[in-house]
Amino acid sequence: MSLLEVSGISVTFDGFRAINNLSFSIGPAELRAIIGPNGAGKTTFMDIVTGKTRPDEGKVLWGEKSVNLLKMNEAQIAQAGVGRKFQRPTVFEDQSVAENLMMALKAARSPWKVLFWRPAKPDHFRVEALAKEVGLGDQLDRKSGELSHGQKQWLEIGMLLAQEPRLLLVDEPAAGMTLAEREQTTALLVELSKSHAVVVVEHDMEFVRRLDCRVTVLHEGSVLAEGSLDHVTSNPQVIEVYLGR
Amino acid sequence: MKPGFLSRNPSVLTFLAVLAIFTLAVTFLSEAYGAGLVSTSMVKTLGKTLTLCLIAIAMDLIWGYTGILSLGHFAFFGLGGYMVGMWLMYARTREIVLSSAGGALPMTPQELQDAIATQIFGVVGTSELPAVWSFAGSLPAQLALVVLVPGILAFVFGWFAFKSRVTGVYLSILTQAMTLALSLYLFQNDSGLRGNNGLSGLQNIPGLDAVGQDALSVWFLWASALALALGYLLANFVVSGKFGSVIRGIRDDEARVRFLGYSVENYKLFVFTLTAIIAAIAGALYYPQAGIINPAEIAPIASIYLAVWVAIGGRGRLYGAVIGAAFVSLVSTWFTGGRAPDVPLGFYTIKWVDWWSVLLGLSFVLVTLFAPKGIAGIVDWVQGLRPPKRGGTPLGPDDGSLQEKEALE
Repeated sequence: MSLLEVSGISVTFDGFRAINNLSFSIGPAELRAIIGPNGAGKTTFMDIVTGKTRPDEGKVLWGEKSVNLLKMNEAQIAQAGVGRKFQRPTVFEDQSVAENLMMALKAARSPWKVLFWRPAKPDHFRVEALAKEVGLGDQLDRKSGELSHGQKQWLEIGMLLAQEPRLLLVDEPAAGMTLAEREQTTALLVELSKSHAVVVVEHDMEFVRRLDCRVTVLHEGSVLAEGSLDHVTSNPQVIEVYLGR
Repeated sequence: MKPGFLSRNPSVLTFLAVLAIFTLAVTFLSEAYGAGLVSTSMVKTLGKTLTLCLIAIAMDLIWGYTGILSLGHFAFFGLGGYMVGMWLMYARTREIVLSSAGGALPMTPQELQDAIATQIFGVVGTSELPAVWSFAGSLPAQLALVVLVPGILAFVFGWFAFKSRVTGVYLSILTQAMTLALSLYLFQNDSGLRGNNGLSGLQNIPGLDAVGQDALSVWFLWASALALALGYLLANFVVSGKFGSVIRGIRDDEARVRFLGYSVENYKLFVFTLTAIIAAIAGALYYPQAGIINPAEIAPIASIYLAVWVAIGGRGRLYGAVIGAAFVSLVSTWFTGGRAPDVPLGFYTIKWVDWWSVLLGLSFVLVTLFAPKGIAGIVDWVQGLRPPKRGGTPLGPDDGSLQEKEALE
């Protein structure tokens, strides 16, 4: 039983085949790392799942009812429960930490409902709790543009949690974090994967090793190998792709 | 326990107080109700200025907050004016026709309508009442059309523009094309709105002949002030909560807002339509004070001026838009009214009537370059709320929140 089922997708940009007959699936409570050299199609894969890019062919099915994600736009996919954290922290710099979290908080998303929505006590508590969880408990009123790079990363993770997604797509979460923060991130991702599907895209092998999970290796837009980290790193093709040039 | 709405929004209270004091002061200095120090035409100018402040608030909502540079909002303003103007002209003409026919046999409704049509449309060489005038005899219907016609136009236009994800400068061009097309259409005699003659005599309110323009001008000043106050409260409500967060998010990074699950297109459509309606209401109050409306009012340049007002006042905050519209339009009236003294340079005399637009354009460029927060930035300066200067790109993780230029200093 899988939460996300991607089968046979391909996409071409100006003649360049970014994704080539790629298939992928992940269960509702699973941690998965995706690794691969630059240009392997990791980000394009995420773009397809979140609705930013339309594949030329293939299927992307979601949830128990196997909903076709390709017929939905970005906002609908996000509402269905796919959350995404970008590689570069993209928070709303002009707004406070609390406003950023409040916007991400799971609630009705239509204009009319949002217009008349005012935060109730539980919403404030939830925002405070989330901020504490990501170490920003005393920064709620600061403009997020003033935060350090690492704090922005954390705020973005907090926003991702606030959405309460079922699938988390996390692009290079450890980029720009200190060693202690990396460990904290690892612990958080492992903990989350007990009840969520978590896909981590990462360059850093050391970080992937710490995640201790199944690994999917992408190369030239398709899956090269899949299995435990030790299994894939002993695969001669993987060695060639990573070390052969 | 919970702070009230006004104490959470001190600028709203200040704004309403200033507006009330202004309106009362003008009333007590007016010719009709006070000392007579402010002439009736000046009262009208001030009343018109208040409606311009209202459309500036609409512009600030769509541009300053949502980040959509619409160069077409004066189309909605003009349409609002046309809708109310049709009733004013029709009802007024009916009064005239009825009084001039006094004594003769009572007219049949058809005869009456024909007589009105001849009066109104004789100037464009027809005596048929066009279909768009079907509701012109009814004030409630025309007032409903003030909201409906611009609202529906904005909704349909926005639907196509936003759903196909037209953004940035292309959208600005599209809005400009819309207002230009509307203006050109209205210039035609067979548009049914008297072509380039426009609608005139709008300052005479049917049934209120006995009141006199001096009193009417004060009444309209009050109506405009009330509309501005309500518009300000509404806009403040829209931008203060999570909706405000979302639209500012759309302005800064719309793709990110999509990934949070908000349908950006629907939000844009919502704000576009709402601001079109606000603009239309402002127009419906403006033109009875101006007395005349013609298609030139809808020309693209008007909407560009609107953007200039908001930029000079300070976009992204409501009082900034109001200050900008009031300041620039009043100064503009002074310069173009021929009352500003010429500047003799010996070899050339600067006549402000000609040179005003140059001065305005220059100040627009200067404000954009050196004071992007506009006049309202003075408020921050007084409060000592100057944001840190943040130049360059982030330096990366190790240097924390510093950015290039800060780290160099």
